[in-house]
Amino acid sequence: MSVEPGTTFERFAANLEALEVSVTRAEPATFDSALREVTTEPTIGTRLPFESVSLPDWVDDEPTPATLEAATTGVTAASLGVADYGSVVLPGTPEGGEPVSLFQDLHVAVLRRSDLVGDMRTAIERLGPQLREGHSAIVATGPSATADMGALVKGAHGPKDVHVIVLEDGGEDGE
Amino acid sequence: MADRTDARSRTAARLRHLLSTEGDAIHANASALNERRAATYAATDTLEDRRAEARAIKADAIDRLPDLLETVREAVEKNGGTVYLADDAADANRYVAEVVSDSTTGEPADDAAAEDTPSVVKSKSMTTEEIDLNDALEREGITVTETDLGEWVLQIAEESPSHIVGPAMHLSRAEIADLLTEAFDPDERFETPEALTRFARDHLGERIREADVGITGANFVVAETGTIALVTNEGNARKCAVTPDTHVAIAGVEKLVPSIGDLEPFVDLIAKSATGQSIAQYVTMLSPPTDSPTIDFDRPDEPIVAGSSDGAGVDPGQGAGETDRDFHLVLLDNGRMAMREDDQLRETLYCIRCGACSNSCANFQAVGGHGFGGETYSGGIATGWEAGVHGGESAAEFNDLCTGCSRCVEACPVKIDIPWINTVVRDRRNRDADPAAADFLVDGLTPDAEAGGLDLGKRFFGNVGTVARLASAAAPLSNWLAGTDPVRAVLERTLGIDGRRDLPTFQRETLVDWFEKRGGVDASKERATESRARRGGQAASRRRVDRTGRDGADPIDREAVLYPDVYTNYVDVERGKAAVRTLEALGVPVRVPDLPESGRAPLSQGMVATADRQASRLYAAVVEDLDAGRDLVVIEPSDLAAFHREYERLLPERSFERLRDGSDELCAYVDDLLENGADPAPLRTGSGDDPVTYHSHCQQRTLGLEAPTTALLERCGYDPQTTSVECCGMAGSFGYKREYYEVSVDVGSRLADEIGTAEPVVASGTSCGDQLETLLERPVPHPIELLAPDGYRRC
Repeated sequence: MSVEPGTTFERFAANLEALEVSVTRAEPATFDSALREVTTEPTIGTRLPFESVSLPDWVDDEPTPATLEAATTGVTAASLGVADYGSVVLPGTPEGGEPVSLFQDLHVAVLRRSDLVGDMRTAIERLGPQLREGHSAIVATGPSATADMGALVKGAHGPKDVHVIVLEDGGEDGE
Repeated sequence: MADRTDARSRTAARLRHLLSTEGDAIHANASALNERRAATYAATDTLEDRRAEARAIKADAIDRLPDLLETVREAVEKNGGTVYLADDAADANRYVAEVVSDSTTGEPADDAAAEDTPSVVKSKSMTTEEIDLNDALEREGITVTETDLGEWVLQIAEESPSHIVGPAMHLSRAEIADLLTEAFDPDERFETPEALTRFARDHLGERIREADVGITGANFVVAETGTIALVTNEGNARKCAVTPDTHVAIAGVEKLVPSIGDLEPFVDLIAKSATGQSIAQYVTMLSPPTDSPTIDFDRPDEPIVAGSSDGAGVDPGQGAGETDRDFHLVLLDNGRMAMREDDQLRETLYCIRCGACSNSCANFQAVGGHGFGGETYSGGIATGWEAGVHGGESAAEFNDLCTGCSRCVEACPVKIDIPWINTVVRDRRNRDADPAAADFLVDGLTPDAEAGGLDLGKRFFGNVGTVARLASAAAPLSNWLAGTDPVRAVLERTLGIDGRRDLPTFQRETLVDWFEKRGGVDASKERATESRARRGGQAASRRRVDRTGRDGADPIDREAVLYPDVYTNYVDVERGKAAVRTLEALGVPVRVPDLPESGRAPLSQGMVATADRQASRLYAAVVEDLDAGRDLVVIEPSDLAAFHREYERLLPERSFERLRDGSDELCAYVDDLLENGADPAPLRTGSGDDPVTYHSHCQQRTLGLEAPTTALLERCGYDPQTTSVECCGMAGSFGYKREYYEVSVDVGSRLADEIGTAEPVVASGTSCGDQLETLLERPVPHPIELLAPDGYRRC
C-alpha cells in the first residue's frame, strides 16, 4: 500500500529516524557489542526467543519488582516490525516482556530482519492467530509521549528513548 | 419571552467568560491539531479509501450489534474473562464497584491501611466520564487516580474535560505548573513541561504499583477474539491494564467491530484524525486476561517470573510471579441501543472519538468544550452523543454553536454528517418547546411548517426570505425604521438580534425586478449574442482551423439560470448584476426567474419540515430549466451547499442528483467557461500579478470549490492570496444573535487580523462579506464584482 520508494528495511529505517528512534543492524556475532553500545546499566531483559542469539550475561534476565524500578534499560524481543510506520510489535509474554519494555527509560527492541513486514495489514494478519488464542500484543511506535503538560514531552509513562536492533539472521524482509 | 431574554444573556455571559479565560489556550491547541490533521490527510493518498472502509465497517457492526454482543461474550469467556452488559450508568457503576470490592477482599492483610482503602488507577476514558464512575466509586470508599496526565491535572483542579482527546487543553502551561506546585509543594517550583511530566510519571507510577484494580476504556473491541484495542501515546493505559491483577475495561457497545482485520483502518485513521500523527505511540491489543505476569511490589526481590533464567518457560505456581489475572469487560448501553434504532442518531455510533470535529470547528476553537459541550461530550458530534445518552436538554445547551459550516465533514474519519445531526437535534428541541406567548408576533411573517413554541428568533431567521421580501417592498422606510433605537431594542428583546450588529440594507429594486426591467431573457440573449459575435470576429480564423467540420460553431453553447438567493435578490443586488453582466460578456445568455428559497435559512434554525417543503418547491421551479439543459448558477455558497448536500436527505435520489449535476458555483462556472475557450478580454482583468486577498466560504471549501475561484482569479491576471483562517464567524444568522455576538466577533477578528491592511479583499459568502466589512471597515465585494466588465459597485 505504501508508495514510498526503497526496500522494506530502508522504509523502516527512514520512519524510525523520523521518530528519533535509533537503529543498528547486527549479525549474531556482533549482537553482544551492538547491545552494549546502546544500553546503559543497569539493564534488565527478557529471554529472546531466537535461535541465533541470546541475552548476554550482563543483562539481568530475572527482573524483580525492585530491578524493574531501578534499571534504566529494558531489552525485549519484537515479534514483528512494520516498515510503513516504524513500529515494532511487542508480544505480552509470561516472562514479563510487557513491563520490561515499558518501565525503563530506554527500551531496546530486538527484531529479526525476517520479521520485518511492510504494512499494518500484513502485521495484523500475522497477529490474528495469536490474538484469537488469547494472547496480546502492543504495536509500539517511538517513545512514549504527552502533550498534556503544555508542550510535547518524550517519556511520559513509558520509555523516553527507544532503540531497535535489527538482527541479520540470513532471512529476507518478511514480505 | 422574558425567560428567553434572560437565557440569552446568561449564555452570552458564560461564553464571554470562556473566551477570556480558556479561549487562548483552546485556540492554540485545537487549531494546531487541526492543521496537523489537515496536513497528514493531504499527505495520505489512501485517505478516502480508508475513510470509506472504516465507515463501512462501523455501519456493518452497528447493524449486527446484537449478534456481535453474543460473539464477544463467548470470546472473552473463552479467554477466561467476564463480560457485563450494563443497561445504564448506575448499573455499570454498581458492577465496577463490586469488582473492586471483590478484588480487595481476601488479600493478605500485611498492609492493613492498604486493605482498608481499595484503590483504582484509570487511564483516560470518556465513557467513564459519561457515567460519572469516579464519583460513584469514591462514594463506595474507593480511591480513584487518573493516570492520563491531562485527566490527572483535571482531577487535581476538580474540573471537567474541555476536549474529548486533550481533556486539559484549556489550561496553559503556566496554569498547570501553578496548580501542581500548589498541590504538591515541591522544593522547587515546577517550571518546565519536562519537570512536570517527570514528577507526574513518578508520582503516578507509585499509585499504579499500589493499585488493586486498573480501569481502562477501549477504543475498539474485537468481537471475534475478545480483544480490546487501546490507542494511546503516554503508555499509562498499558501500565493500568497489566500492572494490577484485575483489569476492568469499560466501553460503549458501539466500540465493537467484528474481526481482527477490521482494526487496521482504524489504527491508521484514529491517530491521523486526532493529532495528525501517522500512528499513535501505542496500539495495545489485549485479549485478556493477558499472559503478562502480575507484579507484587510488596515482594520486591523475587523474580516476577520464576524459572525465567533457564528460558524453560513459566511455572505459574511458583514465586511471586502469578498469572491468575482477572478481567472484566463492561459494555455500556446507556441509550446506545435506542440510538441504533433512531434513523437520524444512528450515525453517531460510528464515532471513534478522535476530536477532529472539535478541532476543525471555529466556534470550538474559540470557546472550547466547556462552552461547546454538554454534560460529558464536546464538539460537533457531541450533539448526537448528548441527545442519545443524556437526553435532548443536555444537547440543547450548546447545539446552537454548530453553525452548519460543515468543516467537520471532511475531518471526520468515518464520514459522519455531523451538521445534519445538529440540524435534526435542533429540530427536535424546537418541537419540544412550549408555545410561546408572543408567537403571534412572528406568525404573520412565518409561513413555515413548524409547530408553535419555536424560539422567535429562530423562527424569524428561518423565514428570512419572507422578511426580506416585505422589507424590500417597504424600503427605504423599513431600513430607516430598523435603524432606530426603539426598534433595535425590540428586535433584541423579542428576536434576540444583537443591538451592536449592523442590519442589512434592503434594496427597493430586487435583482429579479432589475433583470426584467432591462429586458429579461430576450435582452440577455441579445447581449450574449453580441459578445459572441465580437469574439467570433476576432477569433474566427483560428477557430476554423481548430474545429474542422464545425465552422462557426461556438465552443460555448450554454444558457444559465442565475439563482436569485434571498441576499442577492433583496440586499446585495450588485453582485447579482455583476454576475449577469459577466456571463453575458462571455457569451452566455442568462435568466433570473423569481425562484423559491433554498431551505438554507430554515435548515440553519433546525426547521427541517420547512426546509423540506422549500426544497420541493425549488426543485419543481427549476426542473424544466434543467431538462432544457440550462445550468443553474449559484452565487451564495451556502445555497449551493444545500443543493449539493442537504437535498440528498430532502429530495428523491434522482431529483437530488439531477439538481446537483445541473448546478454550479458562479466562479467555478465562469472558470469553466474560460477553460473551454471563452475570452476573458471583456472582463476587468489584472496585469498578471495584481494582488487580491480572497476569503472563501466554509461550505464552499467542503464542496472543494475554493480552488476554482483562485484559479479564475489567476486566469484573469490576479495573484490571489487565500486566507488561512477558515471561518469569518458570522455564519448567516449566528453572528446576529445576542448570545453569540461576541463569539462571532472573536472568531472573525482572527480572520481580520490575518488580512490586516491588504487590499482589495473579496469574499464569496454573504455573511463572510458582511462580517469582514464590519471588522475591516472597507468594502469586501464578491470576486465576480472584481471581474465584471463594468467593475463593482456600479449600477
